Amino acid sequence: MSAHLSYGRVNLNILREAARKDLREFLDKCAGSKAIVWDEYLTGPFGLIAQYSLLKEHEVEKMFTLKGGRLPTADVKNIIFFVRPKLELMDIIAENVISADKMHSPRDFHILFVPRRSMLCEQRLKEQGVLGSFINIDEYILDLIPYDSDLLSMESEGAFRECYLESDQTSLYHTAKGLMTLQALYGTIPQIFGKGECARHVANMMLRMKREFAGSQTQILPVFDSLLLLDRNIDLLTPLATQLTYEGLIDEVYGITNGYVKLPPEKFAAQKKQGEAGKDLPTEPKKMQLNSAEELYAEIRDKNFNGVGAALSKKAKIISAAFEERHNAKTVGEIKQFVSQLPHMQAARSSLANHTSIAELIKDITTSEAFFDNLTVEQEFMTGVDTDKVNAYIEDCIAQRDPLIKILRLVSMQSVCNNGLKQKVFDYYRREILQTYGYEHMLTLNNLEKTGLLKPQTSTRNNYPTIRKTLKLWMEDANEQNPNDISYVYSGYAPLSIRLAQVLARPGWRSIEEVLKMLPGPHFEERQQLPAGLHKKRQQGENRTTLVFFLGGVTYAEIAALRFLSQMEDGGTEYIIATTKLINGTSWIKSLMDRPEAQTL
Amino acid sequence: MAFITANWNPLGDAFYRKIELYDMGWSLRDGLKDCMVAAAPYGGPIALLRQSQRPSPSARPQLEIYSSSGVSMASFPWKSGPVRQLGWTVCDDLLAIQEDGTVLIYDLFGTFKRHFSMGNEVVQNQVLEAKVFHSPYGTGVAIVTGASRFTLAMNIDDLKLRRLPEVPGLQGAPSCWAVLTQDRQTKVLLANGADLYILDNTSCTPVTPPGLSPQACSIINMAVSFSYKYLALFTDSGHLWMGSTNLKDKLSEVETKVRSAPKQMVWSRRPKSQQPSVVLMWDRLLLVAGVCKETIQYTLDEECVCVAELDGVRIVGASRHEMLQEVPSACEDIFKIASMAPGALLLEAHKEYEKCSQKADEYLREIKEQSVLGEAVKQCVEAAGYEHEPETQKTLLRAASFGKCFLSNFPPEPFVSMCRDLRVLNSVRDYSVGIPLTHTQYKQMTVQVLIDRLVYRKLYPLAIEICRYLKTPEYQGVSRVLKHWACCKVQQKEEPDESIARAVSVKLGEAAGISYSEIAARAYECGRTELAIKLLEFEPRSGEQVPLLLKMKRSQLGLSKAIESGDTDLVYTVVTYLKNEMNRGDFFMTLRNQPVALSLYRQFCKHQEQETLKDLFNQDDDHHELGNFYVRASYKESKLEARLSLLQSAVDEYNKAKNEFAAKATEEEMKLLRFQRRLDEEKGEALLGLSLHDTLHALLSANYHKQAEQLYRDFRVPDKRYWWLKLTALAEKEDWDELEKFAKSKKSPIGYLPFVEVCVKRHNKYEAKKYVSKVTPEQKVKAHLAIGDLEGAAEAAIERRSEGEISTVLARCSPTTDRALLERLNRARSTAAKK
Repeated sequence: MSAHLSYGRVNLNILREAARKDLREFLDKCAGSKAIVWDEYLTGPFGLIAQYSLLKEHEVEKMFTLKGGRLPTADVKNIIFFVRPKLELMDIIAENVISADKMHSPRDFHILFVPRRSMLCEQRLKEQGVLGSFINIDEYILDLIPYDSDLLSMESEGAFRECYLESDQTSLYHTAKGLMTLQALYGTIPQIFGKGECARHVANMMLRMKREFAGSQTQILPVFDSLLLLDRNIDLLTPLATQLTYEGLIDEVYGITNGYVKLPPEKFAAQKKQGEAGKDLPTEPKKMQLNSAEELYAEIRDKNFNGVGAALSKKAKIISAAFEERHNAKTVGEIKQFVSQLPHMQAARSSLANHTSIAELIKDITTSEAFFDNLTVEQEFMTGVDTDKVNAYIEDCIAQRDPLIKILRLVSMQSVCNNGLKQKVFDYYRREILQTYGYEHMLTLNNLEKTGLLKPQTSTRNNYPTIRKTLKLWMEDANEQNPNDISYVYSGYAPLSIRLAQVLARPGWRSIEEVLKMLPGPHFEERQQLPAGLHKKRQQGENRTTLVFFLGGVTYAEIAALRFLSQMEDGGTEYIIATTKLINGTSWIKSLMDRPEAQTL
Repeated sequence: MAFITANWNPLGDAFYRKIELYDMGWSLRDGLKDCMVAAAPYGGPIALLRQSQRPSPSARPQLEIYSSSGVSMASFPWKSGPVRQLGWTVCDDLLAIQEDGTVLIYDLFGTFKRHFSMGNEVVQNQVLEAKVFHSPYGTGVAIVTGASRFTLAMNIDDLKLRRLPEVPGLQGAPSCWAVLTQDRQTKVLLANGADLYILDNTSCTPVTPPGLSPQACSIINMAVSFSYKYLALFTDSGHLWMGSTNLKDKLSEVETKVRSAPKQMVWSRRPKSQQPSVVLMWDRLLLVAGVCKETIQYTLDEECVCVAELDGVRIVGASRHEMLQEVPSACEDIFKIASMAPGALLLEAHKEYEKCSQKADEYLREIKEQSVLGEAVKQCVEAAGYEHEPETQKTLLRAASFGKCFLSNFPPEPFVSMCRDLRVLNSVRDYSVGIPLTHTQYKQMTVQVLIDRLVYRKLYPLAIEICRYLKTPEYQGVSRVLKHWACCKVQQKEEPDESIARAVSVKLGEAAGISYSEIAARAYECGRTELAIKLLEFEPRSGEQVPLLLKMKRSQLGLSKAIESGDTDLVYTVVTYLKNEMNRGDFFMTLRNQPVALSLYRQFCKHQEQETLKDLFNQDDDHHELGNFYVRASYKESKLEARLSLLQSAVDEYNKAKNEFAAKATEEEMKLLRFQRRLDEEKGEALLGLSLHDTLHALLSANYHKQAEQLYRDFRVPDKRYWWLKLTALAEKEDWDELEKFAKSKKSPIGYLPFVEVCVKRHNKYEAKKYVSKVTPEQKVKAHLAIGDLEGAAEAAIERRSEGEISTVLARCSPTTDRALLERLNRARSTAAKK
C-alpha cells in the first residue's frame, strides 16, 4: 500500500509510519469499541495514512460523517470526533453531544484535533457546556502527508486565500511545525533559501522553534541538504496556464483529489469480462488511484501529453512481446518462469488499457477547437502579445457565457503578463463579467485584485518582459517528445517558480539579483548549525537533495518540471517537493471566489 | 579481610550485620530523650521537636531539622499549637500534625509552605494519635480522634478526607494501629485489647490472625512491612506473631520473654530476603527476631529511633547512626569464612595477584575449571554494590575487573554502571550531604528523584556534577537543576531585580531547554512582577510566556509575544482575553496597533460576529470594506426593499472610498433589480435576481424585444455581446425568421460565422447556408466546413491560396468518395507551397 513511498531519494515512508504510530497510540488510549465521527474534509488525507483495516484493528467499528442533530446509533463504548479546529465544527459537535446526553447513553466522548488543538475551540466547547463531556482532548499532528515518494502536501485548502487575502498565517505556522517534524525525522536542514514574505515568515518561525527545542535535538545525519521556500505569489502566472503534462491534464480536466481521480465510466466499460457484457453500462464514475506505485503511470505522468501516445504504443509493443514469449517457452522450467511473471504482466496490461482509455478521453479534449483557441491565447499572453488591449477571444467567451472560472483564469493571466491591466481595459473586463455573470461577483473581483491576480496597472513599467527574458521563461523550440528543458511542461513556457529553483542550484541567485528584486517579497539565505559530527561528507558525484516548499500551492506541471530537473544527468540536485496544497488554475481561482449565498427575493 | 565479618551475627541460616553510617554531627544535650522524632526513609532528613528545658507554659519547644548525618538544616522555636505527630512527605516536606487537626507543611529548611485541616469535628475532639504513610498515591495522613473515630487523607496534594466508620466498643485510642495499602485500597488495622479489626471505607470487620497464641490478653504493638505485605503483632504475653497482612498465612511466632510494650517495632526485610525479621526496641535493648524463631540481642547505650527502609532498618541515636540489615547473599558468599563460592575465590586470586604470588594463577585455574568465572565477576560486582565502605567496594571491583580480563564475551555494562552508581552513592553518602542511600534504595528511587532531592537541599553544584557525570540529557539534567537554582535565586528578597535577572541569564545562558517562564512564574508568586517580566524576556518559547503575562495583567505584551510566536491560536486566545478585559474602544485601539491580531480578529468576526466586523471597519474608516460588507449583507435579505437599502449603503461607502467603479456597478445592480421587479409585476416573468445577461436572454426568448433593447441601451451593453446574446436566444427557440431579420438589421459586429455555427448547432443547415455567403473571406472555409459543404470549402481555400486552409479541408476529405476534390486540393497546395 505504501511501498512506493520508500523508493525515492528520501524514504518518506518513515514519515507515514510515524503518523501511523501516533494514530494507533491515540486509538489505544480510548479502550473498548469505538465509532469515529469524521470531519468530512479529513477522510481523504487520512486515507493516505491509514486504511480502514488499521482502524478496525483498533476496534473502530463504525464511521460517520460529522453533521448536526443527533448522532447515528452505534453500539460502541467510545465516540471519537476527528476534526479540524474550526469553530463552526465545534457547534456541531456540541449539538451531537448534547443530544446524546439527553439519551443517557453511557458513552465516552473524545476529540482528536487535526493538525493541532486550539484553545479557541476548547473555549467554544466550554461555552456550549460540553467540554467536560470529553474524556480525551488530543491533537494529531498531521501537517505534511506523503503523497508520493517525492511529494508531500498539507492539503490545506484555504492556505493561499488565508495567507495572501486574509492575512491569516495559521497555515504558515503549521508549515513551520511540519518542517520541524520533518527535521526531527530526517535531521536538521543545514541551508534554508527563500523568496517572498511568507517564506521569510516560515523561516523565521523555524529558526525560532529550533531555539525553543534546543536541548532535545535528535542526532540524525541530515538527509536534506537544503530547503527552498517559495511564495506562490512570486509566480502567479504558472498555475493560471493550462498544464500540458499527462498528469497535469488529468487534473485540469477531471481533477485529482488526494491521489484519486474520478473518470467517466463509458470508456472503461469494455474492459469488463466478456460474460458481463450484457449488463448495463456502469453509471458510477471509475475511481483510480494515481501514484508511482503504478509503474507505467510513473513513466508517463510527467511527459508532455503529445509524447504520451508514443510512450503508450511502445509499452504496448513490449507487453505483447512479453506475452509472445510463451511460444518460446519449451521446457517446464521456462514455462514455470513465464507463469511466475504472469501476474505482473497482467497488471501491466490492465494498467496500459486504463491509461490508453484516459489518454483517449483527454485527447478528445485537447484536439478540440476550443482547447486550441484557449491555448493560443494563453501562449500569446505568455509571450507578451497584445497584453495591453481587450482580447477578442475573451470577449467572445464572455458573450457566449463560458464558465466564469475560465474567464477569470484568462483575464488574470493577461493582467499578470502585463503587470496589471490598463485602467480602461480593467474596468471593461470587470463590467463585462458583472453584467454577464451577476453583480455578486464584485466580491470575487475584489479578492483577485487584492491578491494581485487581476489588478490595474499602477506603474507604467511592465516588468514581465524583462523577467521573461532573463529567466528564459519562453522557449521557442520546446521539444515535447524528448525534452531538454523544463519548458516542455507547458509546451514552451518554463514555470517561473521552477526556474528560480534551477538557477539557485546553478549558478546561484546572485546572477539574477535584478529579477529577484522585481518579484514581491524578500529573498534570503539562512544557515542552521548542525550538531558536531553530523556534517555530511559528500561522495564525489553525489547529488544534493533539496526540499522545495511551495507556500500557497503547486501544480502537477511544476512538480513534473522539478522531477525533470532531478533526472537531468548533470543536474547535481534531486528535489523533494512539499506544498500547502496541490492546485490547478481552476481549483485555485475557486478558492479565491466569494459567493454570497443569495436569498431568493 | 576477616574483620568484615566481625559485625555479623547469625540468624537462622542467614547473617545480620550492623554498619555504622555516621558519627552524628549534632550535639544534643539530652540525647533523643523527650524528643518527638521523625526521620524520612531513603536516607532522608530528620526532624526533632524538643520540649523546652524549663517546664514553664510560656516556653516554646524547638523544631530542628537535620540531615541523616546530623548536620543542621533548620532550627526555630515552635509557635503553633501542640504537635501530635511529625512526618515527612515523599518530596521531603515536613508535616506537623497538631492536636486540633491542622496539618502544617514546612520545607526542608523550615520555611512554612501551607496548611490544611483534617476536618472540623477534629477541632473539638482533638487528635489522639496520627500517622503519616506513603502509598502509590502519594503521602497520606491518618488520625484517630478523641471520639475514637479515624479520618484518612490519602494524598495531601489532592486532599480528600475520608471519615471511616465507627469501631464497636472502642473508647479512646486503640491499643495499637497501623495503615495498610492493599488492592489499591487504604485501610486501618487496629487492635482493641485482644480484638483485631480492619477498618475500610464502609465497614469495620473483626479479624483473627491465624495461630496467634491464646495466652495473650492484648495486642500491644504492631508493625507493617515497607511493602505492606507483612504484619507483625506483639502481645502482652511477650509473643511476636508474624504473618501476611491479609491475615491468611502465619509465618512464625516467637516468644521474646519481654512483656513490656516495645517502644518501636519495625520489619527488617530486603528484596529476596532469606531470613526476614522484626526489630523490636525497648529502652536498653534491641531485639532482632527472625522468622526462624532465633533472636539476636543488642544492648543500646543511648536513646534511639528506628527507621524502616526498603532493605533494612536504620537506627538513629544521639551519637551514632547505624544500619541493621540482613547480609545480602552475594556478600555472604564472598566474605563468609572459608567460603568456596566463585566470588570468594576470585577475590582471593586477585589478592594473591597483587602480592605477585603464583597462587593467583592456581585460584584462577580452579575457578575456570568449574567454568564459573563469569558468575564470580558478577558476584563481586553485585557485592560491591551492597558494601558501604569505599575501600571494600574498590577491592571487590578490582577483583571483578581482574576476572573480566580472562573472559572474552563478558558484557561490560553491569560493571561500568555499578562503578558509576557507586561513585554517585559515595558522593551523596558523604558526611556533608548526608543521604545514606543503599544501592537497592537508589535503584528503586531512580536518579531523577535523587537529583530532585539534592535540588531540594539546594545542593545545586553536586546535582549538576552528577548529571554531567551520568550524561543525563541536558533538559532533564543540568537544565532542570539550573532552573531550580534560578527559582530559588528569585526568592532572595534582598537582591535587586536587575542583578538577579543578570545572574540568572549569565548562568543559564548556555544551558539548553531552560523554561524561563517557570522561573518567572516563581518570581511572580513571590510578588516580583518586574523581575518576572525581565526573566520572561529570556524565554525562547513565546507560547510559554503568554499565559503568565496574561496572569500578570501584561496583556499588551502578551499579545506581542503571541504574535511573535506565529501561533495564531495563541493570538486568538489573547485577543479573546483582551476583549473581555478591556472596554471596546481600548480593545479596538490595541488591535489597531497589531495588524496581525487585527486581521485574525476580522476573520473571527467574519464567521462569528458580523456586527463587530462592521464596527471594526468603521473605526478604521475603511469604506471600501464597509461597502463590501453591505454588499455581502444585502444578499442575505430576502426582501427587495431591504436589499436595495443595503446596496444603497454600499454605494455611499464606495463613494466615500472613491471607488467609482464599485459605486457605479452597485448602482447598476440596483437599477437592474428595480427593472426586473417592474417587469415581473407587469409581465409575470421571474427575472428578479438574474444577471443582466441572463435577463436579456430571458427577455429575448420571451419575445420582449423592446424591453431588451431598452436594457441594452440603458446598461450600455457592448454591441458584440448583445449580438451574440440575441443570436443565441433566437436560435435556441428556433425563430429563424426573426434571426434573418436580425442579421439584416445592420452589419453584424461579430461577423456572420457565428450565425452559421448557431444554426448548425441547431441542426438547421438550410438556415445556415443563408449566412455562408455573408461570412468574411478569412472565415469562409470554416463556414463551408461547418455546413458540411466540402466543395465550397475547397473552392474558398483554393481561392485564398492558403496552404493551411487547404490542409484543413484535405483532412476532411475521404479518399474514396472525394477523389476528384482531393486531387484538386493537392495540386492547389503544391502551387501554394511553391510561393
